[in-house]
Amino acid sequence: MANEDLQIPGYEIPPEMQGQVAVTTLDRIYNWGRKNSLWPMMFGLACCAIEMIATAASRFDFARFGMEVMRPSPRQADVMIVSGTVTKKMVPQIVRLYNQMPEPKYVVAMGACASGGGPFKEGYNVVSGIDKFIPVDVYIPGCPPTPQALINGLMMLQKKVERESLRTARWYSREPAPAIPVPVLGPDLMDPRRYDEIRAYTLSKRNQQTTEEQTEA
Amino acid sequence: MAESPVVGTQLNLLDHFPEWLKKDERPGFEGYIVPAEHLLEFAHALRDRFGYDLLSSVTGVDYLPEGKMEVVYHALQTTGGPVLNFKVQVDRQNPVVPSVVSIWPGADFQEREAWDLLGIRFEGHPDLRRILMWEGFAGHPLRKDWKEPYFEEEAKPYKSRWPEGHVQRAEDRHPLHDNVDYPAGFDPDSWSPETADDVLYKTYQSIMEGSDSELHTDRMIVNLGPQHPSTHGVFRMVVVLDGETVVDVKPVFGYLHRNHEKIGERCTWLQIMPFTDRLDYISSMSNNFGYALAVERLMGIKPPERAEYIRVMMAELTRIVSHLISIGFLLNDLGAYFTPSLYALEERELILDIFEAVSGSRMMCNYFRFGGVARDLPEGVLDKVKELVFERLPRKIDEFDRYLTRNEIVRVRTEGVGVLTAEQAIALSATGPILRASGVPYDIRRADPYSIYDRFDFDVVVRYHGDVYDRYLVRLEEIRQSIRILQQVVRDIPEGPVQTGKPQWQVRVPAGESYGRVEGPKGELGYYIVSNGKPNPWRYHVRAPSFVNLTSLAQMARGGKVADIVVILGSIDIVLGEVDR
Repeated sequence: MANEDLQIPGYEIPPEMQGQVAVTTLDRIYNWGRKNSLWPMMFGLACCAIEMIATAASRFDFARFGMEVMRPSPRQADVMIVSGTVTKKMVPQIVRLYNQMPEPKYVVAMGACASGGGPFKEGYNVVSGIDKFIPVDVYIPGCPPTPQALINGLMMLQKKVERESLRTARWYSREPAPAIPVPVLGPDLMDPRRYDEIRAYTLSKRNQQTTEEQTEA
Repeated sequence: MAESPVVGTQLNLLDHFPEWLKKDERPGFEGYIVPAEHLLEFAHALRDRFGYDLLSSVTGVDYLPEGKMEVVYHALQTTGGPVLNFKVQVDRQNPVVPSVVSIWPGADFQEREAWDLLGIRFEGHPDLRRILMWEGFAGHPLRKDWKEPYFEEEAKPYKSRWPEGHVQRAEDRHPLHDNVDYPAGFDPDSWSPETADDVLYKTYQSIMEGSDSELHTDRMIVNLGPQHPSTHGVFRMVVVLDGETVVDVKPVFGYLHRNHEKIGERCTWLQIMPFTDRLDYISSMSNNFGYALAVERLMGIKPPERAEYIRVMMAELTRIVSHLISIGFLLNDLGAYFTPSLYALEERELILDIFEAVSGSRMMCNYFRFGGVARDLPEGVLDKVKELVFERLPRKIDEFDRYLTRNEIVRVRTEGVGVLTAEQAIALSATGPILRASGVPYDIRRADPYSIYDRFDFDVVVRYHGDVYDRYLVRLEEIRQSIRILQQVVRDIPEGPVQTGKPQWQVRVPAGESYGRVEGPKGELGYYIVSNGKPNPWRYHVRAPSFVNLTSLAQMARGGKVADIVVILGSIDIVLGEVDR
């Protein structure tokens, strides 16, 4: 099976060597190796984490896809599965963990909450999706997604990895990707990238209040 | 202790405090109203003279139209009987209530929660900090006049969605296109308050300096979590260590605070049901159970016979799932990495198949309705349950027993670790397996029977050492008792309807209050609801067992080794969805 993946068409392999030798490109063998050893970070947020554990257990067993090595440390992980509701109190830690992961790194938003806030979206302590802060590669719908859905999402990620190229990969470019600024917990969650917008908003809010007071007076 | 505690229903407390104690006479309400200045006197009497030794729940209600804040207490006697409900009413502008932590230390976290979410100050509380939100957050979110950034209307269904069905994204309505809001004129660059951590570390100041060891070693603060493989989710413990010995530990909550109660107040009665699934997401069926009981009590309806049996069946299956996971992951914490959990998860999958067959979902069942269950058991499910409870599960539990109970490593690591005496457990409001492992045979299924639990033959499991090993034994034995109940259920289950009356999506709940409680797998799961006759609850509060049980974490961990904290936390068996709500 592996050889069929690797072998590029157009090269004749003698019958006695088939299954042992393949002619391939550097991109293909690099991606083939990476996609079959994606190590997820052992990182559970909420309900979805239980389904993630179930996926790792014997019935579904994502070790079949080379993913059984769950690493509690971000420094050794390739994939961050954001499994559950992202709260404002937790988001600084998640961004910090993401910054600590070495390239190449991928993010899977597992379930409705991580993708867009889910049933708790209206809550005052809930972030409407982790993609407001870190780039997401695969979204998996469901509340929680079944283990089958999670495996399907991870296979999508494998396909994405397969299509990458050494020439364009951002982790080999001259400029490394900058770290994402860690959000701050103020009177509400504050994203450092949006301070100007926040200032404009609070200013207009104050102006509105003063005009209201004046009209009342 | 009282010489002979009297059962609450026969007790008329008005005779004892005629000058100031009043009955709560609002229609649909029960219990007593205590003036704030007499609260401590009343609490002392309740505990010492009348035997209400365990304070189960403390919460607040904001009565905005009346301009009042109310603190609602539920106390119980560990000898059995119904809960006693009493309230303190204070002015909404300056709500100050004396803290009862000196009488019932178990009120600690719950009073902090009421301060955090409702802004009620508890005078005399030793450590009144915010608990679910962070220090510096603007406002107290559960107050009725506090609006969240995505606020649309007071109550669901929102007019924009129903009946017209225009869908608009909440982001588009808000000027910042995000779920945030700031006070007028606020400048983010000027924000440099003491962070929550500084406030927390400051509370440690006295013990950081007072090292009394001969070596004069420095004490240090170690943070475990919120991202830590042993904390069962996003939970954080701040530990003060003297060498390897734990001097003190304080848990930090709120990393999964999903605003369950605020959302609940916007939802209709039935819309809350799926949210209860996500409280303790390992045992959604028993969460449904408690909420359904609370609302049914207020509506004055009872489910038909078959539905009662189905409910008990689902609740007991849930208990098995939860205890299995708890045992499996306790072994994880002991270092037997993942293999015991795999054994546990294997059995869990078989039970989840049953849940999926009856409700359509593996984890978030949303199966209970007011006055019954959503639908009858599909064909073949009963046979599957029979096979499980008569054949497979007893065998598998014996297997667990054989592998673990006499295992030398398990015993060395757990015996005598994290000891909680019976008096401490009661004082700290522990419930469930924690309380029973400390030698108090309190199980709501027996102490204050609900549903049809009075018909079944089972033992209340109790152990007496109060250590991690006994908590493990209690859980293991409770699985056996659950199997015993299930065997009686599948033997006796009658035919018939599974729902009283017509299934309704909009139920009518009369005005009043209700506290429904069940013996969940983790302990007493209580729902306090206040209705004003509208389609939405006025107040919806969850008394989460994992949250309250964590009050005893510090007591168990002090003086032990740092490695044992992980095991102790595993033995408390928390689920963060329920701790933070």
